[in-house]
Amino acid sequence: MSQAKQNIEKETVEKVQSLAGEKYKYGFSTDIDSEKAPKGLNEDIIRFISAKKEEPEWLLEWRLDAFERWLTMSEPEWAMVDYPQIDYQDLYYYSAPKSMDDRPETLDEVDPELLRTYEKLGIPLYEQEVLAGVKNRVAVDAVFDSVSVATTFREELATAGVIFCSFSEAVKEHPELVKKYLGTVVPKSDNYFTALNSAVFSDGSFVYIPPNTRCPMELSTYFRINEPNTGQFERTLLIADKGSYVSYLEGCTAPMRDENQLHAAVVELVALEDAEIKYSTVQNWYPGDEEGRGGIYNFVTKRGDCRENNAKISWTQVETGSAITWKYPSCILRGDNTVGEFYSIAIGNNYQQIDSGTKMIHLGKNTSSRIISKGISAGKSSNAYRGQVSIHRKADKARNFTQCDSLLIGDTCSAHTVPYIETKNPSAILEHEATTSKISDDQLFYCQQRGLDAEEAVSLIVNGFCKDVLQHLPMEFAVEAQKLVGISLEGSVG
Amino acid sequence: MSALLEIKNLHVSVADTEILKGLSLSVSAGEVHAIMGPNGSGKSTLSYVLAGRDGYEITNGDILLNGVSLKGMNPEDRAIAGLFLAFQYPLEIPGVTNMTFLKTSVNAVRRGRGEEEMDAASFLRFVREKAKALRLDDDMLKRPLNVGFSGGEKKRNEILQMSVLEPLMAILDETDSGLDIDALKTVAEGVNALRDTQRGMLVITHYQRLLDYIKPDIVHILAGGQIVKTGSAELALELEKSGYADYVGEVVA
Repeated sequence: MSQAKQNIEKETVEKVQSLAGEKYKYGFSTDIDSEKAPKGLNEDIIRFISAKKEEPEWLLEWRLDAFERWLTMSEPEWAMVDYPQIDYQDLYYYSAPKSMDDRPETLDEVDPELLRTYEKLGIPLYEQEVLAGVKNRVAVDAVFDSVSVATTFREELATAGVIFCSFSEAVKEHPELVKKYLGTVVPKSDNYFTALNSAVFSDGSFVYIPPNTRCPMELSTYFRINEPNTGQFERTLLIADKGSYVSYLEGCTAPMRDENQLHAAVVELVALEDAEIKYSTVQNWYPGDEEGRGGIYNFVTKRGDCRENNAKISWTQVETGSAITWKYPSCILRGDNTVGEFYSIAIGNNYQQIDSGTKMIHLGKNTSSRIISKGISAGKSSNAYRGQVSIHRKADKARNFTQCDSLLIGDTCSAHTVPYIETKNPSAILEHEATTSKISDDQLFYCQQRGLDAEEAVSLIVNGFCKDVLQHLPMEFAVEAQKLVGISLEGSVG
Repeated sequence: MSALLEIKNLHVSVADTEILKGLSLSVSAGEVHAIMGPNGSGKSTLSYVLAGRDGYEITNGDILLNGVSLKGMNPEDRAIAGLFLAFQYPLEIPGVTNMTFLKTSVNAVRRGRGEEEMDAASFLRFVREKAKALRLDDDMLKRPLNVGFSGGEKKRNEILQMSVLEPLMAILDETDSGLDIDALKTVAEGVNALRDTQRGMLVITHYQRLLDYIKPDIVHILAGGQIVKTGSAELALELEKSGYADYVGEVVA
């Protein structure tokens, strides 16, 4: 066993009894007093959440309306994922560390147990440390279960006019912005999970970049699920005003537990004229163990609207976690000359099931989109790429390039590609390329003959396979992501 | 002094069929041995079993490298112990540059030997020097491993890998296959540059022409899974005239 692997094991075995410990090093849980809403979902729970957050009446109405719609909807069944019926009345919809009740003003007032959690996760919450440690500074919003614990670098960002805070604070401090944009990209009743999220969302991040401003640092949100039997329903709203630029990264982890947990998030991006948003995700929710026990059910709706001319939105995702991934970060190319990009790595091992892809909706003239999807399946996992490219009637000279590559490791996993392409404008130029390959014994033997052990060899080959996507991640995360790719596939070759 | 590589009465089966039937030979440091043999004589089996490939079962006999048995040792540990195989068909790894592969490989071997890993800058200097000595273009280091390489480039790249890994014992499996005469000369030059008093080489080939450029100290003829004749470099020339027919007949009879 390699040294690194031993270290990881030592770290986690103390914290968790689960055998999968050596593979998922974020599997510990934090022992902390939480305040929870009673189990189950009804109007009272929604009123409870809204009251907890001291929300204005309009938002409560908005939630209740979403809940009413949700009651009339049913869970989507078209995805290639298979899981037992979720009992929505057997979940907690709100959980917050008690110590957050009196709203700490500074980090010194935050419960040290919470701070230790982030330290263990490697998330920098102290600005001084960040300043001393790394070249590229990153501002962090840390969300723990249903609340935001801390947001760093807010003052420095504020001098540039950038608003970066938790969603709850944004509702209080910038209600006009929230009201103007909330639900304009992903309507409440877009789908079953967005309706649910709209009714019960707890916290998340809010970002506003003023006109002609280049956000002075990377922004990121770190989501942590801690409390058992609790759903996490965060909501992120990011607005890039005319001529602005922002790069944003989100990361996610959760403790290892035998039962499944629900995560249903909504992310809305709005890019106005000439603005550019780069949104990256490293999703590493607990994937379940080797037997397929536990893991997060990840039902997420992410969509960006290039609302005005020349806007650009780029999604990059590295999906290594979750038992079930149901996620299609999409772009609406509404303005003329707008650009949408989707770069994705989705890795499934053991019993993980992934149905993920994107939608590129071309509405404006000269719009272009680019999709690069790399799916890796190992163990008994199933990995489906599902993508839609839609060229509307007025979208003259629209262009799309799609490349979907699947890599199989072993012979008990599967890969599927389900592209939907529709065009109502004859001037469109669309390209679609797809490949499926397998890591061969010959390749492994070749690497081993050069001194690499089997796992190192798989990691190298897979990283090569993913290279086109990895290079789109912000520098400071690319190295982490590369390591993560290797760790996710540990045990995939005998 | 004991031999660098010693193969003793080696019997090897693949899927229950015996391919090598009591093969023995020993290579001392500084020597270059050639193994020649007709198709199906067990040449590739020999190179794979030396490198430790799965599915090649040693049913009898032993392989010693520097006096240590390689039996039961996995391929990466043999590489760490100093064994190198230049592949007949080098594999392609898309998206991984030659440079990255070489660095990963060298550092894996160094780690395995308890040596310190090389950092990016010193590795770059080291590998550029090696490439220059083999008259390889820097450009080849930046391309993905063997992807889109010509036959000659792939074989030269194998020699570059050998040069950076500095093995004790190198096995060259049909390094001449698929090469035109110019490429053959270039590859042979590279191999000759790596001849060393500390290093043993085993050159496996079907044709004599490679041995015009890599002069072996000793030539073995492999037929029917055994060494049927051992001699000096002249043996290869004789073989070129008379062909393998005599030897093949001998074993069958």
